[in-house]
Amino acid sequence: MKIGITCPYSWDVPGGVQSHIRDLAEALIDEGHGVSVISPADDDTPLPRYVVGAGRAVPVPYNGSVARLSFGFLSVSRVRRWIREGGFDVLHVHEPEIPSLSLLACWVASGPIVATVHTAIPRSRILLVTYPVVRTGMEKINGRIAVSEAARTTLVEHIGGDAVVIPNGVATRRYRKADPLPGWPGPGGAIGFLGRLDEPRKGLSVLLKAFEILGAARPGLRLLIAGPAADHEEVLYRVPAGLRDRVVLLGQVSEEDKVRVLHSVDVFCSPNTGGESFGIVTAEAMAAGVPIVASDIDAFRQVLRGGEAGELFATGDPGDLARAAGRLLDDAARREQLSAAALAAVADYDWSVVARAVFSVYETVVLGSTQVALTDPGSEFP
Amino acid sequence: MIADIILVIAAALFIGVYVSWRAGRIDRLHARVDMARAALDVTLLRRSSVALELATSGLLDPATSLLLAAAVHGTRGGDRPHDLAESDLTRALRAAFGQPGFRSSLSGKEGADELLAEVEAAAHQVFLARKFYNDVVAATREARNRPLARMMRLSGKAKAPEFFEMDDSLVAENSGAPLGF
Repeated sequence: MKIGITCPYSWDVPGGVQSHIRDLAEALIDEGHGVSVISPADDDTPLPRYVVGAGRAVPVPYNGSVARLSFGFLSVSRVRRWIREGGFDVLHVHEPEIPSLSLLACWVASGPIVATVHTAIPRSRILLVTYPVVRTGMEKINGRIAVSEAARTTLVEHIGGDAVVIPNGVATRRYRKADPLPGWPGPGGAIGFLGRLDEPRKGLSVLLKAFEILGAARPGLRLLIAGPAADHEEVLYRVPAGLRDRVVLLGQVSEEDKVRVLHSVDVFCSPNTGGESFGIVTAEAMAAGVPIVASDIDAFRQVLRGGEAGELFATGDPGDLARAAGRLLDDAARREQLSAAALAAVADYDWSVVARAVFSVYETVVLGSTQVALTDPGSEFP
Repeated sequence: MIADIILVIAAALFIGVYVSWRAGRIDRLHARVDMARAALDVTLLRRSSVALELATSGLLDPATSLLLAAAVHGTRGGDRPHDLAESDLTRALRAAFGQPGFRSSLSGKEGADELLAEVEAAAHQVFLARKFYNDVVAATREARNRPLARMMRLSGKAKAPEFFEMDDSLVAENSGAPLGF
């Protein structure tokens, strides 16, 4: 099947929507489909072969912050040309309610259109004022996908219509192999943590307390922490002075370094106390094959197959965490076993699985429909 | 003796008249600030109205329309402070008008030239009204801060007027490039 995907945000700026589109496109290509993505991009940005640049995105205030978007009649003609030359069986637009390429594609195209909503923001009033202009595009969408239950709820309550929920996947092969950071994990062993340090529900304080117990008993053990925080000093002061030189804070790290962090530790810890619907970081650690100790919340119990693919400890209990992590650090055979089980379990969440779910939405909307074509110029307005 | 008394009374009278003249001046300045502010608000409102008219005119592509409509929406209440929201509208207008060939792409469409001219005129009026408003605010603040005015509390309970700071530089004239980016 030939699939045209539109990305509303600049390809050269890292972001959730962009990586979603990249992983989806690559998974679909792996399945043997023809995929072309059109995205705003600077002219000198090296683009993957399947991405067509739609010119530089313009920074413009939208919804209280500055977004880099493509709009205007030049973008319209680029989208037209892309559709005319693409010969797509289905058009997949992402975030069609953002004033950028996806909205324009809906406007100029006819035929089967699928839309994915990533963040549904209630802005019904704006849509109402510009209704005649925006409606024409929106009404052509044949099927909607929401990436989370929250996005779907906002869509249903504030904008109208319904959507199927297909969550983000994990690009497992990106995590499979990486070089550890120099000097890690080290002879005394290492425990890792990824996530916001000052978000209480991520549970870093549970891990720090457990490290007090573990660090006192194991003189070489180190703790590797990566993630943004307003105040790193403050985090360090929560650890007893004697242990501080064995706690390493990396701050926010790049995607590549994140994978290296996962490969730099003997045990990865997900001490969240709640608020996770899926636990993407835990799934990424599974994809890296690092043995996991996680709190016993629903999201983790599900992704870790009830403890088969990782140790679960009593949520919020540093003593239990220290015991579970200590057992793992002492037992190399058990670590091997958990690593293999995690790699097997995370395959269920791989992008290839997600891409197949998305593809079945494509198959539904193309039924009894023709190819994607252009509407006649000038007929876009009702 | 009597001459001395007359002199003292005359001096007191003179000072009294002078002080009350100064107080009256500050009062008049405050009134002028209010008028200038009302004028500024009218021009801002007119600008957002014509911008919305342009957004819903069907002349523009839906993305540009939605951008403008969202910016107008932001200026009419909402969480964002008024000056920031108005600056956002300026930037949205500049981004729309700054597209290369923007004007030529619209010329010939019915009503387009008039509407564009109206938006530009409204934006220019905002620029003027804000200049005049900040001018009288500066004069008022200066008058209030003079030692005599401070000592005698001549401004009474009136609050010191605030400058209205926003991005209001005009949209590019056929230059093909948005200003300020």
